[in-house]
Amino acid sequence: MTTTAEVEKPRADPGTGRAPRPRPGRIRRIGLPYLLLLPALVLELLVHLVPMAIGIVMSFKELTQFYIRDWGTAPWSGLDNYRVSVDFDAPVGEALLHSFLVTVGFTLLSVGLCWLIGTAAAIFMQDTFRGRGLLRALFLVPYALPVYAAVITWVFMFQHDNGLVNHVLHDQLHLTDKPSFWLIGDNSFYALLTVSVWKGWPFAFLIVMAGLQNIPGELYEAAALDGAGMWQQIRRITLPSLGPVNQVLVLVLFLWTFNDFNTPFVLFGRAAPEAADLISVHIYQASFVTWNFGTGSAMSVLLLLFLLAVTGVYLAVTSRGRRASHAR
Amino acid sequence: MAPPSSFLWSRRIFLTLLTGFVLLPVYVMVSSSLKPLADVTGEFRWLPSGLTIRPYIDIWSTVPLARYFVNSLVVAGAATVCSVVIAVFSAYAVSRYDFRGKRAFTVTVLSTQMFPGILFLLPLFLLYVNIGNATGIALFGSRGGLILTYLTFSLPFSIWMLIGYFDSVPRDLDEAALVDGCGPLGALFRIVVPAAIPGIVAVAVYAFMTAWGEVLFASVMTNDTTRTLAVGLQGYSTLNDVYWNQIMAASLVVSVPVVAGFLLLQRYLVAGLTAGAVK
Repeated sequence: MTTTAEVEKPRADPGTGRAPRPRPGRIRRIGLPYLLLLPALVLELLVHLVPMAIGIVMSFKELTQFYIRDWGTAPWSGLDNYRVSVDFDAPVGEALLHSFLVTVGFTLLSVGLCWLIGTAAAIFMQDTFRGRGLLRALFLVPYALPVYAAVITWVFMFQHDNGLVNHVLHDQLHLTDKPSFWLIGDNSFYALLTVSVWKGWPFAFLIVMAGLQNIPGELYEAAALDGAGMWQQIRRITLPSLGPVNQVLVLVLFLWTFNDFNTPFVLFGRAAPEAADLISVHIYQASFVTWNFGTGSAMSVLLLLFLLAVTGVYLAVTSRGRRASHAR
Repeated sequence: MAPPSSFLWSRRIFLTLLTGFVLLPVYVMVSSSLKPLADVTGEFRWLPSGLTIRPYIDIWSTVPLARYFVNSLVVAGAATVCSVVIAVFSAYAVSRYDFRGKRAFTVTVLSTQMFPGILFLLPLFLLYVNIGNATGIALFGSRGGLILTYLTFSLPFSIWMLIGYFDSVPRDLDEAALVDGCGPLGALFRIVVPAAIPGIVAVAVYAFMTAWGEVLFASVMTNDTTRTLAVGLQGYSTLNDVYWNQIMAASLVVSVPVVAGFLLLQRYLVAGLTAGAVK
């Protein structure tokens, strides 16, 4: 995959016996890849690398609202912001640890459910039946809906007095003694999980569907000839063949869910309830509500280190990572 | 071979339940948008007591929805065009050429894709404020600034997807074009881009959808005149009343263009994901 310069290499090869002719446009050609990359490089620098550098510098400063106008003058605080963030006995660190653990639990549950539902739906819809096209389009609707429009509908459904959820659970099915609160208190975790799975599983569905198209039909024919039933074919052929696809899918789902800000922010507003205090909102709150950008930055850097570590380990363990890091 | 009945029954039950789960909020959105206010403030009712299109008229005057709509359209559209064009050039360079620093570039692109938005929010916020103080160019609060920040999500994804997609376009095709006297850019635009249309459409759809649905940057980086739909929808709740019927009507109105576009282009999306991400 890396042999990309087949066109260029023979010309640049001095071993052909001919002296390389000076050719008009030759320099332009050698510089061409860089020229093509230039816009991306400038933007990457502007929107990623410079902000990251600033973020790291910020995390070593005592950056409160007094210094926002001219943050360069904020006094250095060394490792203080980090010390505060990881001091789990003090309020700030304790809250961060709590938020981190909530986020990990939430992410694992959400990714697991999204993967399960998406895979089941894709496998059930692998062969044609009446209404399949329509169903497939319907299933993609949660993915296509803008986050705020979809989540705000869930907010309405989770309302205490006039929401559908309490109406069904309490008034119609009599499952609860009294109407529950869904957007505050402990139930908020399940509310968040429901919305996240509702919004996220179609992506798993989409990717697994794409992956299923790459499984050669002969495998199923051979298995059928050997007398394998439908369920056996799914277990022995479909699921193992999805291995490489699943590796990418799970990593992407994990990163997206872990970093999700939009869903909890629309669901709960600026301050999430303790039971559903995801890390992104927590850092937002630490920075923009209590106006301590220095601590917020330190938390961001810690989060980044964690994600890098997880991704690194994941890529090292899965084959996709080995292939990707060589080929790309 | 006909599937066994255990499979058929499992499929029927599973797909029915899933359809219900998926459609429930959609039903609530549609039905509530046609209810009079008394219906949405009282106990939930499955059916409206009286159908009204009043919410669809009122949404435009309760908040300046049309202005938010235009803002969202401009920002999402510009972010999409920028990231697709830039990604096409750089993905072509990575897919077709060997050059020093290629690995560093792709690793950077891959890794920035997984960074949380919150990581860039604070520094970009400060950077924009600083640039504004120093030069008078108002990035903070402007559409331009928001477009720039949206490239943080869409650009790495677009580049990464398109590299995969361009790799799947047979190299012989553009090599032949080069031999026939096309320049590298001619080969890119006459051969590679047309062959990679599904991938490019998929990337464009993704970029537009993320920009259209983004809340975090929109809530920090906009002001009264540049506010997008993501933030503007919050205007329907006042201290005293929450106009749920109007919120649902507005949600529906802002959703229809993206959902319709997405469903029209979903074929491309599946094809694009197959070649770009799954391979």
